Amino acid sequence: MDTFEVLKKLSEASGVSGSESGVSQIVAEEFKKYVDELRTDALGNVIGLKKGTEPSPRRIMLAAHMDEIGLMVSEIEKGFIRFTTVGGIDDRILLGQEVIVHGLKPLPGVIASKPPHLLSPEERKKVTPRDQLFVDVGLPEEEVKALVRVGDFISFAAKCVRLQGDMASGKAFDDRASVAALICCLEHLSQMKHRWDVYAVATSQEEMGLKGAIVSAYGIAPDLAIAIDVGFGDSPGIPEAETVKVGKGPAIAIGPNFHPILREALVKTAQELEIPYQIEAIPGPSGTDAWAIQVSREGVPTALLSIPLRYMHTPVETLSLKDIERTGLLLAHFISRLEKFPPE
Amino acid sequence: MIELIKTLTETYGPAGNESRIRQVLRDMVKDKVDELKVDALGNLIALRKGKGGKKVMLAAHMDEIGIVVNYVDEKGFLRFSALGGVWPHTLLGNRVEFENGVVGVIGVEKLESPDKVPTFDKLYIDVGAESREDCPVKVGDIGVFSRPLIAQGQRLIAKAFDDRIGCAVLVKLLEEIKDCKHDLYVVFTVQEELGLRGAVTSAYGIAPDVGIAVDVTRTGDTPEAPKMAVALGKGPAVKVKDARMISHPGVRQALIRAAEQNGIPYQLEVLEGGTTDAAAIQLTREGIPTGVISIPCRYIHTPSEMVDIRDVENAVKLLLAYLSSEELAE
Amino acid sequence: MLLKELSEAIGVSGNEEKVRKIIEEYIKPHVDKVSVDNIGNLIAFKQGDGSSSLKVMLAAHMDEIGLMVTYINEKGYLHFRPVGGVDERILPGKRVLVGDKAIPGVIGLKPIHLLKEEERSQVAPLESLVIDIGASDKSSAEKMVKVGDYAAFDVAFQELGARRVKGKAFDDRAGCAVLAELVKERYPFDLYAVFTVQEEVGLRGAKVAAYAIEPDAAFSIEGTVADDLPKEKDVSPTTRLGHGPAITIMDRTFVAFHPLVRLLVETAEVEGIPYQFKQPLVGGTDSGAIHLTKKGVPSATVAVPCRYIHSPASILSLDDLENTIRLMEAALKRLKPEHLRVE
Repeated sequence: MDTFEVLKKLSEASGVSGSESGVSQIVAEEFKKYVDELRTDALGNVIGLKKGTEPSPRRIMLAAHMDEIGLMVSEIEKGFIRFTTVGGIDDRILLGQEVIVHGLKPLPGVIASKPPHLLSPEERKKVTPRDQLFVDVGLPEEEVKALVRVGDFISFAAKCVRLQGDMASGKAFDDRASVAALICCLEHLSQMKHRWDVYAVATSQEEMGLKGAIVSAYGIAPDLAIAIDVGFGDSPGIPEAETVKVGKGPAIAIGPNFHPILREALVKTAQELEIPYQIEAIPGPSGTDAWAIQVSREGVPTALLSIPLRYMHTPVETLSLKDIERTGLLLAHFISRLEKFPPE
Repeated sequence: MIELIKTLTETYGPAGNESRIRQVLRDMVKDKVDELKVDALGNLIALRKGKGGKKVMLAAHMDEIGIVVNYVDEKGFLRFSALGGVWPHTLLGNRVEFENGVVGVIGVEKLESPDKVPTFDKLYIDVGAESREDCPVKVGDIGVFSRPLIAQGQRLIAKAFDDRIGCAVLVKLLEEIKDCKHDLYVVFTVQEELGLRGAVTSAYGIAPDVGIAVDVTRTGDTPEAPKMAVALGKGPAVKVKDARMISHPGVRQALIRAAEQNGIPYQLEVLEGGTTDAAAIQLTREGIPTGVISIPCRYIHTPSEMVDIRDVENAVKLLLAYLSSEELAE
Repeated sequence: MLLKELSEAIGVSGNEEKVRKIIEEYIKPHVDKVSVDNIGNLIAFKQGDGSSSLKVMLAAHMDEIGLMVTYINEKGYLHFRPVGGVDERILPGKRVLVGDKAIPGVIGLKPIHLLKEEERSQVAPLESLVIDIGASDKSSAEKMVKVGDYAAFDVAFQELGARRVKGKAFDDRAGCAVLAELVKERYPFDLYAVFTVQEEVGLRGAKVAAYAIEPDAAFSIEGTVADDLPKEKDVSPTTRLGHGPAITIMDRTFVAFHPLVRLLVETAEVEGIPYQFKQPLVGGTDSGAIHLTKKGVPSATVAVPCRYIHSPASILSLDDLENTIRLMEAALKRLKPEHLRVE
């Protein structure tokens, strides 16, 4: 699989939380190549089942969220579009950003505000408050009213690009990089034997409160779960203590959210296969699907792999493609070796 | 319908102590449904059986916000905390009523700066007692806003339209609906104001195929209001998004289609800040397609909330049209 | 004394094993079955005497608040983050024990002599604090501790006199001590005594235990805030030491089931056990998670008042602890189906 091509397809698709159909179609196409059964549930989770070889297979659930943060039309004022946020948007990246308004048809637009010449010096130093921003699609008022309604989703229009070495940048790498890793894992598994049933889940609405994970985990009732998300990659201005290193492999998380034996088994697999990995200490809620899955029904032993990512929640998220491949490889080998859990 | 609404808003029923309003609602619906029960949290669950259709859960919360007495001081003054989303600036000069009928006046300590809104720890309630021993109110007692309903033209003014107006819509629905093929679980939920708690357990117990919450939403049509595309008198709102949920697109579409095909005015709602039972229903078990019909309401969570009776009547019409449509979740 | 052993044991949220072992050994002879679930809860089952068909769950949490090592810097100092609601103001100048080997460390502070005037009144920001285990550099530190190790406060249990004791983690080792005594009795109903995990990071253990057990009623037994210090204003102390077990009317996570609260109050009055009401809407307990399980579970919380619960050294009264045991035992023996009906 061409990691960059898959990542690019996923990244450039539109799939804001609550309206993931633009990306879920792509995910379904990719999953179909490797899974035995595919379904979509009530909240839009895409669930692929790749069957295992044992007679009554136990179940492992892999979760990566396909939704992205974005915006939503809240009001139309003289042809200009006011908006609210969907998920945790950093207000600082809004001004001047290119977007797509998903009305009756996709409309390119820009996020605009008063020109700087008209601002006082103090105003210029501050981040423009959201209620002074609007989206301009360049069309006359009547056309806008005919094509756009309150509640229409707005996604960022950002190209996915290759940078130097094996680095890449684009929007929604949180968490489509992990979806790519999941697809990579499935591709490896199609060449390997595994005893357990693998439920590959591209979850929905993670950015709205882990919603897809809550209901898909309930529906699947897995025996084990591994969530794949992104972690804060090292970059200037952030203390090293709070980041993981880009290009040094997935971070395996340690903390109350994660089952110690499952975590150790992942570390062991990485060590035996000489796959680079890092350890990330998370003392409380992980802010990922893992937090929801761990307490589903009677509890699920859960682990988290994080792909190091710079500039999270901006349209220029940046990572190392190798880290995606390493994550996919680690998952596949771990799954193919799964027999009893806990191991004797 | 106004008498119905008046009775509902004026009945005592704070979050966590809904027994009175539950009794009133029980009496209103018991002859209109096939089964009636109360679950472990106090939710009132009424079932109107259908014929082979889907299991639909309709939810409106019967609890209202209030204040909880957390201490009776030596002189008989009460210290209190907010029960649900109550803001200090709505309390100054106001009255609350306790379950036993005692009325209290909200007073404030000396303030450093008279134009700053005091925090809760600077407030107290005076029920006219002379000492702790002769105070007719005790720790744990709950007071609610004390206001009669006023009808003025098309507008109604009362406390607790959030969400007694939703309850009124569901009671009226049960009066009007005939021959619905779906099993209708009409749930008057508890403790919504404390975090959608009643919705969690009632939805789990019912395990519906579709969920619809009926609650209030803000409007953007008052002077210098935070921008919002919903206004009083322009019809019930079909919710797209609020602070904690995005409606199921298929349910939303079905509601819109039902409105358009039946000439019922409606608005599309995007609400910042605030949510409804639907956010909990949606996450039940394997997930439930859920939507919301909102009644536009000004001054939510104050003693004087305001709705337009036409929006309320249209909400009932919209629900009736939706429940008789072919597809509940397109 | 069991409370001493429990208080001094180290078991920060997510790493409760040592506490679990102590409790398991203590209760094993008195119960029918003991098991550990997927998240680490210790679940003890004791069959009823057959006169009641109810299933009752009692919960006390084993975990305590603490710290987690997140990074070891070049010089061998340990960066950390709090686990659970640690009052950050109490961190400077404390001794801690790091990792499973309980390596001693200290949280130091820039000497006061070197501070600017404004700095003296400010709380030291969390990012500026580190744990010093005395290592000379990163690699020697890594021989003793690692990223992800938990750290607990180093506080010895002590009897103070007047039936008062001092120790760490009374929230909720006091509750565990009460529950460990309660399981010695046989009740009319089937009893599930659950020593839960990860209460301090979001009532996590209780949620999954309640889902598996599906009880008809549940009680949480806690160590709760006592703020009975001298105050300028005449306001609530939340609970008071020496005034008996504190019954919850409602807290931030649940409203106690009215008939169960009445059962507790009536029991206390009939048996002559002192009791108090906890200030409403303060704090949260496992009942918050349990009561929303499946179709809902009538729940209540009873707590031992403790001063300074979210700092290293708390104080409680053994009289309150014993009265909590007395109240719970007597109330459980009087528990009937009618106490589980909504009125």
